[in-house]
Amino acid sequence: MLALQPPPQAPIDAPQIEYSAILPVLILLGAACIGVLVEAFVSKASRWAAQVTLSLLAILGAGLAFVLYVTDSPERGLTTLYRTIAVDRPALFLWGTLLALGLGALLLIADRTVERGGAFVAQAGIRPGTVQDRAQMASGGMQTEVFPLTLFALSGMMIFCAANDLLTMFIALEVLSLPLYLMCGLARRRRLISQESAVKYFLLGAFASAFFLYGLALLYGYAGSVKLADIANAAAGSAASDTLLFGGFGLLVVGLMFKASVGPFHAWTPDVYQGSPTPITAFMAACTKVAAFGGILRVLTVGFESTSWEWRGVLWVVAVASMVIGAVLGLTQTDIKRMLAYSSIAHAGFLLVGALALRPEGLSGTLFYLLTYGFTTLAAFGAVSLVRDSNGEATHLSQWAGLAKRSPVLAWVFAFLLLAMAGIPLTSGFIGKFVVFSAGIQDGMAPLVVIALVASAVAAFFYLRVIVLMFFSDPAPDGPTVTVPGTFTTAAITLGVLVTLVLGLVPAFALDWAGTGTFAF
Amino acid sequence: MVGDVSVMAQSSGSDLGSYLPLVFLLALGAIFAGVSATLGALVGPKRYNRAKLEAYECGIEPSPQPVVGGGRVPVAYYLTAMLFILFDIEMVFLYPFAVSADALGVFGLVEIVLFIATVGFAYAYVWRRGGLDWN
Repeated sequence: MLALQPPPQAPIDAPQIEYSAILPVLILLGAACIGVLVEAFVSKASRWAAQVTLSLLAILGAGLAFVLYVTDSPERGLTTLYRTIAVDRPALFLWGTLLALGLGALLLIADRTVERGGAFVAQAGIRPGTVQDRAQMASGGMQTEVFPLTLFALSGMMIFCAANDLLTMFIALEVLSLPLYLMCGLARRRRLISQESAVKYFLLGAFASAFFLYGLALLYGYAGSVKLADIANAAAGSAASDTLLFGGFGLLVVGLMFKASVGPFHAWTPDVYQGSPTPITAFMAACTKVAAFGGILRVLTVGFESTSWEWRGVLWVVAVASMVIGAVLGLTQTDIKRMLAYSSIAHAGFLLVGALALRPEGLSGTLFYLLTYGFTTLAAFGAVSLVRDSNGEATHLSQWAGLAKRSPVLAWVFAFLLLAMAGIPLTSGFIGKFVVFSAGIQDGMAPLVVIALVASAVAAFFYLRVIVLMFFSDPAPDGPTVTVPGTFTTAAITLGVLVTLVLGLVPAFALDWAGTGTFAF
Repeated sequence: MVGDVSVMAQSSGSDLGSYLPLVFLLALGAIFAGVSATLGALVGPKRYNRAKLEAYECGIEPSPQPVVGGGRVPVAYYLTAMLFILFDIEMVFLYPFAVSADALGVFGLVEIVLFIATVGFAYAYVWRRGGLDWN
């Protein structure tokens, strides 16, 4: 019998945890768990109020913890939890961006003044077009699970930007993706296309996750470790064949590019952006983009910088494809949400130019671009949700004709946001493009930057077309009306517009903050 | 730990020999399955009846016309399956914890309690929202 006893194991050291550094994420995760319990134990009538209060307090609490930590965080950053999480200056910049954007998106999600009962349906499983489906469309109930789901997704995004090894990054990828798949299918109006978008996003997302995981496995085979820094060391000092390294890198990049909706891995983006409830589209377009590019920046810089001359050409092609697909196909769109989706694909290409620069200017430029793009797109989708007719949101472009005569305020706001996306001076979009493209030129990527400039000129055409449509066309007789939004949506749109304006006029402080440090590993 | 693995991975393929028992097991499994299937087909009596032709231990028959539901599997099975996976995964993590509970110490205990509590939240949600009522 004694022989069957396993030998006593040496004690395993508990990890050193810097609780103050990861407190914002812990607050969000904890609040999301409490949100699940609220769903379980609070009566249906008071759930909405309880969830909104809890979620807002959680994001504000996480923001407070974040600000307290940032003021005396170490310059070089730190790694914690067995070096799986790196809380460094880029991660902190992205966390701040994500928390602010998450607050804005949460306000849009919580709004119930634009659509009676909110933008979400009570029971997403009912088959569209049936009697039960029409009955629940008329009722005022909604699925309050969106609030914990939003918090889970947001915390996943924050971990994703700070993940210092690929396994943590994969878990964070799933934590951010799974709630989003669900939330896509919850639109109150146009149930069928909403369910379609959820299924498409889920199937393609699962496929992309598998690519990521396969790449992770190959890289582990190459380096014997999933840590980004160890992979970099192995790539620098190993005589082993590079097949595993570059095979793994390629598969990994496919998974990352999918999440960031970089063309040619963009196919889900237009359908999902169109079908999702607009507040969720705003959340996805702003926050997922930030998180995904945060992850891309870290993987490229920390893990693969030493081999960049081998793979950079491939990612050049990806960046060009993304810009061309976004700009050219954006021209042909007749639905405003699909148009903004193609715009996001083009922007992903511009962001990739900065990420490929692999120098401090590229890092800070990309971070700044993410900040500006996030707020602009958040406010733009917030504005889209206000233009409505009897069937819900009026997203067809022809319905937007002459909108300036019906609602000058909304038309001006939306025109300003479109100009920011086009990169016109005095908006944040101009500064963002300027810093990213100049980083590209400094790194000797002039041809890529020229293509990017041409692409942004083409993209500017379809932004301007909407502005012309709103201001110089005659409104249709049975055109949509512009809903006067309640406090929540007004606050979210105002936040987005103000940040777009302020960062266009005085970008220096944000640029300085984006450039204060590099990745810790 | 990680360092050891990396050394192994970077050395030549000589320690592939440690996988030999695995290959034997694989071959043995294939031989066993092949031999029993062939032998059964050759020497076994062939008396078919209704029960014998049913799928073995695979839940209810989905086609062509099952007993209930007009060709569909009741959606309640889905919740049950999800709950099963939930506890299955919990076990998957509890087992290695139990094996090295000594080495992990108090920190490991706190972590595993947190883990069980998180799974408990999901369970409480399913229970309170009627996921366990079989109607």
